Amino acid sequence: MNRFYTVLQTCWDWRAAANFMFGGTGSALMLMIAIASYPETPPLLLGLTALAFIGLGLFMVWLEIGRPWRFIHTYFHPQTSWMTREASAAILLFPIAFVGIVFKIPAMITLAGLLGLLFLYCQARILLASKGIPAWREPTILPLIISTGLVEGTALLLLSLLILDSIQGWALYLLLALLAVRIQSWNKYRKQLTAGKASKQTLSVLSSIHTSTIWLGNVLPLILVAISLMVPSLTVMLVCIASILAVLSGWYMKFTIITRAAQYQGYSLGKLKRGRPTIKPPVRRKPDRFVF
Amino acid sequence: MTRYVMIADLNRCVGCQTCTAACKHTNDTAPGVMWRKVIDVEWGEYPDVERLFMPVGCQHCADPPCMHVCPSTATGQREDGIVTIDYDLCIGCSYCVVACPYQARYKVDKPHFAYGDTPMESEEIRFDEKRIGVAQKCTFCSDRIDAGVEKGLTPGIDPDATPGCVNACIADALSFGDIEDENSNVSELLAENSWFQMHEELGTETGFYYLYDQEPPEETESE
Repeated sequence: MNRFYTVLQTCWDWRAAANFMFGGTGSALMLMIAIASYPETPPLLLGLTALAFIGLGLFMVWLEIGRPWRFIHTYFHPQTSWMTREASAAILLFPIAFVGIVFKIPAMITLAGLLGLLFLYCQARILLASKGIPAWREPTILPLIISTGLVEGTALLLLSLLILDSIQGWALYLLLALLAVRIQSWNKYRKQLTAGKASKQTLSVLSSIHTSTIWLGNVLPLILVAISLMVPSLTVMLVCIASILAVLSGWYMKFTIITRAAQYQGYSLGKLKRGRPTIKPPVRRKPDRFVF
Repeated sequence: MTRYVMIADLNRCVGCQTCTAACKHTNDTAPGVMWRKVIDVEWGEYPDVERLFMPVGCQHCADPPCMHVCPSTATGQREDGIVTIDYDLCIGCSYCVVACPYQARYKVDKPHFAYGDTPMESEEIRFDEKRIGVAQKCTFCSDRIDAGVEKGLTPGIDPDATPGCVNACIADALSFGDIEDENSNVSELLAENSWFQMHEELGTETGFYYLYDQEPPEETESE
C-alpha cells in the first residue's frame, strides 16, 4: 500500500475524547444500574451519577463544536448519522431515567438502561463511520468501545455498591468476564490494524500503551477481583483498586485512540485502469432512507 | 443527467501551485486553508527514485461519507454530483472532517488574515462571517458553473463556467466536465488514457480522476 501525508487529526481533541470517556462510562453505568436494581428502582444518587457522566461528556463535546448555539441541528439527520442517533438516545434517556428514579418507576429504569446501551452502541458506530481515520473505521473498534464502556460501567457500579455497603456477587463475576472480553477486543483490534497496514504512527502509539493497557488496566484488575472472590475479607480493598484501574485504563485507552492514534488515511495512488469508467450516479438522486 | 468530474493529469502536473493560488483568490480562503493544493510525492531509494505532483481536494464522491455522517444535513449533494455545505445549517462538529478520506475539509474557528488579525482591504471586503466555526471545502466553483450554465456556456470548455483552478493550470493538467456525456472532454480523456481513483477500495466513487501512465509503488509511506 502506498500512502502519503498520514498526519494526525486535530479536529477532535480532548473535549471530543471526553465524550467517549465519560459518555461511555455513564451510559454503561445506567445499564448496570438498571440490571442491579431490577425489579426495583436504584437510589437517587446512583442514577444521577450515571446521568452526570453522560451530561459531562455531552457538555465537553458541546464546548468543541464551532457553532454551539445551533446544537439543535444535531437532530436533523437520523436517516444515516450516528451522531444524530447518539444525541437522540441521550435526549430520551435523560427524562426517562430522571422520572424513573425520582418517581420510582421500574419500567422506566429498564428503558433508561436500554437507552444507555443504545447510546454506547451509537458512540462505537460514530467512530466506525469515520472513514478518514483507519484506526477508527476498523470494524473491531465496535466490540472494543462497547466492552470498555461496559467494563467502566460495571466497575463504577461496584464502587457505588461498596460505598452503599450492598455489594452483589454477580457484578464481580460480570466484571471478570467483561475484562476478559476487553483484553480479547484490544488484542484483536491491534492485530487487525497491523494486518490492515495502519500507519506507522498509529501502530507506534498503540504499542506505547499496550503494556499498561493489558497488564495494569485489565490483567491486574482481573487478578484482584479473582482474589477478592476467594478472600472475602479483602473484597472492599481489592475491588476498589480493581474498579479504579479498570475505569482509568479504559479512559486512557479511549483518549489515546481519539487524540493520538488517529492519523488520517493519507493520499495514495490507485490501481491503474483503462477505458471509460462505469459511472455510479450520485446517491442523492434517490430518496434519503435509513441506513444501518 | 449531468455528473461533473475533475481530472488531474499527473503526467503533466509540474507542481507549480498555480491552481492553489487561483483557488485561494477565487474563494478567498483563510491562511492555511487550501481547498485545492498540490502535494509533492516521492518514493524509492537513490538512485531508483520517482517523483510526482498530485492535485488534491474534495473528490465530490458519488457516495460521500461526509454527507452520511453529517448530523445537521448541512452537507448535501446536488443532482450533478457536487457535494455542498450549507453554512447556515452546519454546527461545526467536524465529524465530516474525520469522515473524509481525502483530507479535504477545513474548519476555521476564528477570523485570521494574511497579516494577522488585521485584514487587508480585499480581505475585509470579501470576509464571510458565515464560514467561521463551520466546515468548508472545495465547491467545484459551483457558483461559476451555475452562472455559466445560465448563460448557455459549457462547464469545462468555457472559462466563465469552469472552476478557477482548471482555468489557471499552466500545464493543462486539470480538466473539468460532464462524465455522463460520452462526447465530453473528460469522457474522451478517460477513454484514451490510463487512470485511477484515490482510495477506490473505500467505495466512495469519487468524482475526481487521475491520469497516470506508470504503475504506482507497492509499499510506500511518508509524512
